Amino acid sequence: MLTKSPFDRRRFLAHGTVLAAGLGTAGLFPAWARSGSAGLRTPDVLSGDTIALTIAENHFATGGRSAHAVMVNDTLPAPLIRLREGQTVRIAVTNRLAEQTSIHWHGLLVPFQMDGVPGVSFPGIDPGQTFTYEFPVIQAGTYWYHSHSGMQEAVGLFGPLVIDPRDGPADACEREHILVLSDWSPMHPHEQLRRLKLMGGYFNRQKQTLAGLLAGKDQPLKDRLEWAKMRMDPTDISDITGVTYSYLVNGHGTAENWTGLFAPGERVKLRVINASAMTNFNFRIPGLPLTVVAADGLPVQPVETDEVQIAIAETYDFIVTPGAEPAYGVIAEAIDRSGQVRATLARSEGLVAPVPTIRKRPLLTMRDMGMDMAGMDMGTNGEIDLSKPANDSMSGHSMSMRDPSVAPQVPLGPGVATLSPMPVDRLADRPTGLEDVDHRVLTYADLRSREANPDPRVPTRQIDVHLTANMERYMWSLDGVALSEGAQPIPFRLGERVRVNLINDTMMPHPIHLHGHFFELVTGEPGHRPRKHTVNVLPGGKASFDLTADGEGDWAFHCHMLHHMHSGMMRIVTVRREGGAA
Amino acid sequence: MRRPFAAALIAAPALLIATPALAQDATDPHAGMDHGSMNMSGMDHSGTDHAGMDMSGPEPDAADEGAESTAVAEPAAHAGHNAASPPSAADTPGNAPPPPVPADMAAEAFYPRAVMQRSLNATLAEMRFRGSAVQVDQLEYRANNGKDGYGFEGMAWYGGDIDRAVLGFRGEGAFGETPETLELSGTWRHALDPWYNLQLGLRQDLGTGPDRTYALIGIEGLAPYWLEVDGQLLLSNKGDVRARAGVATNLRITNRLILEPEAEIDLAFQDIPEIAIASGLEKIELSARLRYEFSGMFAPYVGVFWERKLGDTARLARAQGEGAGTVSAAAGVRFAF
Repeated sequence: MLTKSPFDRRRFLAHGTVLAAGLGTAGLFPAWARSGSAGLRTPDVLSGDTIALTIAENHFATGGRSAHAVMVNDTLPAPLIRLREGQTVRIAVTNRLAEQTSIHWHGLLVPFQMDGVPGVSFPGIDPGQTFTYEFPVIQAGTYWYHSHSGMQEAVGLFGPLVIDPRDGPADACEREHILVLSDWSPMHPHEQLRRLKLMGGYFNRQKQTLAGLLAGKDQPLKDRLEWAKMRMDPTDISDITGVTYSYLVNGHGTAENWTGLFAPGERVKLRVINASAMTNFNFRIPGLPLTVVAADGLPVQPVETDEVQIAIAETYDFIVTPGAEPAYGVIAEAIDRSGQVRATLARSEGLVAPVPTIRKRPLLTMRDMGMDMAGMDMGTNGEIDLSKPANDSMSGHSMSMRDPSVAPQVPLGPGVATLSPMPVDRLADRPTGLEDVDHRVLTYADLRSREANPDPRVPTRQIDVHLTANMERYMWSLDGVALSEGAQPIPFRLGERVRVNLINDTMMPHPIHLHGHFFELVTGEPGHRPRKHTVNVLPGGKASFDLTADGEGDWAFHCHMLHHMHSGMMRIVTVRREGGAA
Repeated sequence: MRRPFAAALIAAPALLIATPALAQDATDPHAGMDHGSMNMSGMDHSGTDHAGMDMSGPEPDAADEGAESTAVAEPAAHAGHNAASPPSAADTPGNAPPPPVPADMAAEAFYPRAVMQRSLNATLAEMRFRGSAVQVDQLEYRANNGKDGYGFEGMAWYGGDIDRAVLGFRGEGAFGETPETLELSGTWRHALDPWYNLQLGLRQDLGTGPDRTYALIGIEGLAPYWLEVDGQLLLSNKGDVRARAGVATNLRITNRLILEPEAEIDLAFQDIPEIAIASGLEKIELSARLRYEFSGMFAPYVGVFWERKLGDTARLARAQGEGAGTVSAAAGVRFAF
């Protein structure tokens, strides 16, 4: 499976594309992703006005786990594409698979027909076909690309894409590294899904136990009974876990120890991309503060922190100044603490820093159920009787976990197990599992855009979108309806400014991604609100963003947990001229 | 970064911004609520902002608690941004109507409609779950005094989230004899709500004694406290009516060592002498199985299984020289594929 036909190679070279990756003994990694990388001055970066990518079957192995993969130009992660703001690029994608494929440029503002979602932006790329994407590059920053067909993204079809600003580099550093975080399972994603349908908690081996109860761990008996009564599991943090996943940095597991080099005192920019299928990561470098300088590709006012939860599909640029130690461990820990991966920043290859022991698995709380009663008079000893209003002042507010009045637009079918009775805005909350760690943790409220928000208008209207699910049946939807159930598109007028309120009716964080647009998170005073393409909506909570619908066309809007999207937690968003030139 | 088109559209909406907050007051179903008695930390209930309680409302800048996390390199940038500052009323969205949902696909400008429609249909078809599995909950050796035997129970299914075709099988007996019971069922399983399924179908009994065919209607599901429950009403081809109810749960001693107690009763609504069953409670089964989950797909177990015929059915059994009750030690395997 690893053979590379000379024909392919000739084709690449004929396209004038530099191809150094994947051939010979260097194995399956492009140079920037190879361990011992000196940084991004490596020759195998794809850049220029014409780029060729070939998607083909492959195999990938890490940490003793090996399986079928789908790769771009025979590498995992896929090659780095490095573009320059202001250029126009033509990217020819050739499909050598037996099934359809596609590539979506995640976070890029492209004409919708170049966005790469089969059935929405174009018909997809059939086996044997070459599709040429062509678009002007009108932005800068750290982005990525991945398949939007089937489950290919989960089996290797993802890679980084960096755009240099027109006016020279922002936040110039002596060195930069790209870190692509991913999860890798030898079990095919379709089989993962089938097992989750058999048993919602199939991959969770960190549930509460009787042994734990006797040892005084986790919830006390009373809480366990209350949660059991609601059929809710406070350990349900991640659907797919380290039971089957290996966690990777640039395709390297902990043992393979991807190492990026530095010289003491250098300012090193780390462009970190969470390209996982199903894993949100807690990212930290013990001993080294992280200065956040960009989020989802766009510059933010520098803010120093110690740990950042990077949800799936988000990107962050950090500046670090390593020096005191010969080596630093770069730790990406799955948020359910079922596994982690350590990479290294080191003065020279071979140096390692200690791998920290994995931290204790967190437990969800009532706040994650959309029932935060902090400070509220709940009657005796904060006891909560879910069957009736909590007290007189609450009359009219059922504390039922499935009160239809809190989400009138959501049909309450088998796919909607719960509705958050009192969801609160959680943009300023520390993310799941980092509530109590004893160092600084980034929240969305800490982010301020460096550039003024481009559209100062107050939204003329707002819409609510409920993130809905039934974990036991493993069903996922928006507003209680899966995309495949005939859900209507969400319509916007071209140029319209709309507030979108995302309400998480589940107990899991959902990284919600809108194609073809940036939106401003509604946190802090208007003017310099953080602009993102993906927002992680914390369990039981709300997150609002203001959107200027300036991308004419049809776009995908979905949870970036691949199985959630694939199960229907997705909508088509239409942006059309008023009066319909359509 | 903004797309080039947009300049012209920064228009009228400013007119709308003043009204919505007031409009909300008038229509807010929670307007009469006593906010004063609810100290929701960090939330601002002053002025026109009902964000904390209005489930559909905007929530600018609410809930800043827990944000003492990160030092900001440019603190000035955060001036005015904290829990105490009321969100500006000017930041409240209006209530303009949404545009109509377009009937066409934008990509029709580039590809034939039929091509795009086919592509969309293929994408949607792939998102509809269709699967199948064989799940054998029990396949066990039962040792009791003198007459060792076996028991099994499981199902095979095909279908989606809402509707599934289920083939159920279950039986028990002593080695070397005709199976004491052998039940095969074919049912349509339909999800009724998040937790419960309807079962409709047929059950064929092929064990000792004359065969019977039953029409079956049942409910199965997950009750509060993680109890797996099921209840079935059976109407035989001879006009007899019987019923069965069961409950089971999984007690996790560790994440791999799991104790599953289970109880089941059968009852008949009339005497059925042909199969030695009398009106009333027929039989109760109690069991507990302790399994070790190598994975959700494979778990060997040991357990005890106790069954006892009841009432007149027990008397009939004794009259035929059988015991009314049996205790067995069980060892077996639970698996799925």
